[in-house]
Amino acid sequence: MTIHQLSVFIENKTGRLVKVLNVLKEAGIQIIASTVSDTVEYGLYRIICDKPTLAYTLLREQGIGVTMNDVFAIQISNTPGQAADMFDLFSRNGINISYMYSFLLQGKGIIVFRTGDTDKTREVISLNKLNFISEENLNQVL
Amino acid sequence: MDNNSPYLHPQYETLSREEISQLQAERLQQTVKRCYENVPFYQQKFKEMGITPDDIKTAADVRKLPFTTKQDLRDTYPFGMAAVPLRDCVRLHSSSGTTGNPTVILHTQKDLDEWANQVARNLWMVGLRPDDVFQNSSGYGMFTGGLGFQYGAERLGMLTVPAAAGNSLRQIKFMKDFGTTAVHAVPSYVTRLYEVMQEQGVDPRRDTKLRVLAIGAEPHSEEQRQRIEQMMGVKAYNSFGMSEMCGPGVGFECPEQNGLHFWEDYYIVEIVNPETLEPVPDGEIGELVLTTLCREAMPLLRYRTRDLTRVLGHSCPCGRNHVRLDRMRGRSDDMMVLRGVNIFPIQIEKILMTFPELANNYLITLTTDDDNDNMTVEVELAEMFTDDFGRLQKLNKDITRALKDEILLTPRVKLVAKGTLPVSEGKAVRVVDKRKVYQ
Repeated sequence: MTIHQLSVFIENKTGRLVKVLNVLKEAGIQIIASTVSDTVEYGLYRIICDKPTLAYTLLREQGIGVTMNDVFAIQISNTPGQAADMFDLFSRNGINISYMYSFLLQGKGIIVFRTGDTDKTREVISLNKLNFISEENLNQVL
Repeated sequence: MDNNSPYLHPQYETLSREEISQLQAERLQQTVKRCYENVPFYQQKFKEMGITPDDIKTAADVRKLPFTTKQDLRDTYPFGMAAVPLRDCVRLHSSSGTTGNPTVILHTQKDLDEWANQVARNLWMVGLRPDDVFQNSSGYGMFTGGLGFQYGAERLGMLTVPAAAGNSLRQIKFMKDFGTTAVHAVPSYVTRLYEVMQEQGVDPRRDTKLRVLAIGAEPHSEEQRQRIEQMMGVKAYNSFGMSEMCGPGVGFECPEQNGLHFWEDYYIVEIVNPETLEPVPDGEIGELVLTTLCREAMPLLRYRTRDLTRVLGHSCPCGRNHVRLDRMRGRSDDMMVLRGVNIFPIQIEKILMTFPELANNYLITLTTDDDNDNMTVEVELAEMFTDDFGRLQKLNKDITRALKDEILLTPRVKLVAKGTLPVSEGKAVRVVDKRKVYQ
């Protein structure tokens, strides 16, 4: 019900992001979605890619600080109010969203997020038959 | 005491260079004899070097004597350096023991009297007289800046307010209500006081009778001094002291403000190359080495202060021929002095190493921002352990708090990615001092 996401620790300095991207480039890894959250001093660069385990290994080999976590990815249709309705579901179930971002994959909107209560989130997704993406079908979609 | 005289102790302050040398020779002989006869540490050193007190005939013979280091004081902790029985001692001061044993400094009643005399001489030199009101906004307790100035200001005959450090609102109220004319504090605290005055709408020129500031115990530049003088509208005089010698009083600026007079009737002053330990020519920067000439309880021979300075001259328009030294230019060891607190990098390292999330590489940077000295500690993360900002920030906070508990100051902690801090060849550079005073 989840997909792998890499989180890379990046200092807010010129050239740090490029270093990470070059590692992925040289291994022919395709980035599907990514986002940087930043504070004044450092940022977390979150990446969804086609070969997360390989990317994780390569980045670590280069001494780059990285973790791999599982996050939820829900596909929604491209009509107004979809995101509002979905998050309203979580909200009513008392689930807090730690962070979220969204991207388009083959014309379909996908929302990636992490919550404070993974088990309860799974339950809500199942009960409401939300259109989730798993690691396997992420690669099929590509 | 003649209030119109510029000198409190004219018989000592106006000695010629020859007279100073003669006095030093006599006092050095007595000091060496006391060390040799009463301190096993020195007796041993003399034997190793094949010298006896009879080899010391002139002040220049001080160069034949062994050096003493802070480590020697730690190794003989607590009373190994005493030259008198403990029953003859009336005071003990101690430095913090964060890097090993603390150091202990003992005083007889005569030591305290002479210490007060030195401080009184300094305060008189910058124009203070018995009808002045002296507010000592310096830490008390083991920190010698408290009691040292207290006894010295009382010796001079001033009404003395032991306000101690902190509580700026109360300090300002005291200044206004008691008619304070002189304040002693570390320079960064004077700046703080001025900030609070501004917030309260207090103008030191209009609302206080302040006319003299004594500042010391933390490195500061000439520019910082001038800024303090402009803020407060009074002269600020640089004070040098160290607990090993007694405390404040060892050196002080005269109204010329062109270097600190070190009192050569109390100390023999040498400036040596910290590597070769050979004397450096006047004007060249080296390590300050002091030999006490009047201390009874704990005389110290050729004590390596680790402070770097240089000789500016031996004469002065003020009429005193006691050596003038430049403000301290840094340290010959890795000790940092920040806001009057002595800090060694090893203390920082010790704390950082208790966090498994951190790697071994770190960098301490000291800066002056808006007149305040600050410390930034950059440290590399060992492994990325979370994708949660909250946990990174909590780690940051935990490190900051642990460091504060150790060094008593709050540093700015920056987490950086592994492999991003500069690694120098050979010994890692751990401290970068960008403070104005050292530029």
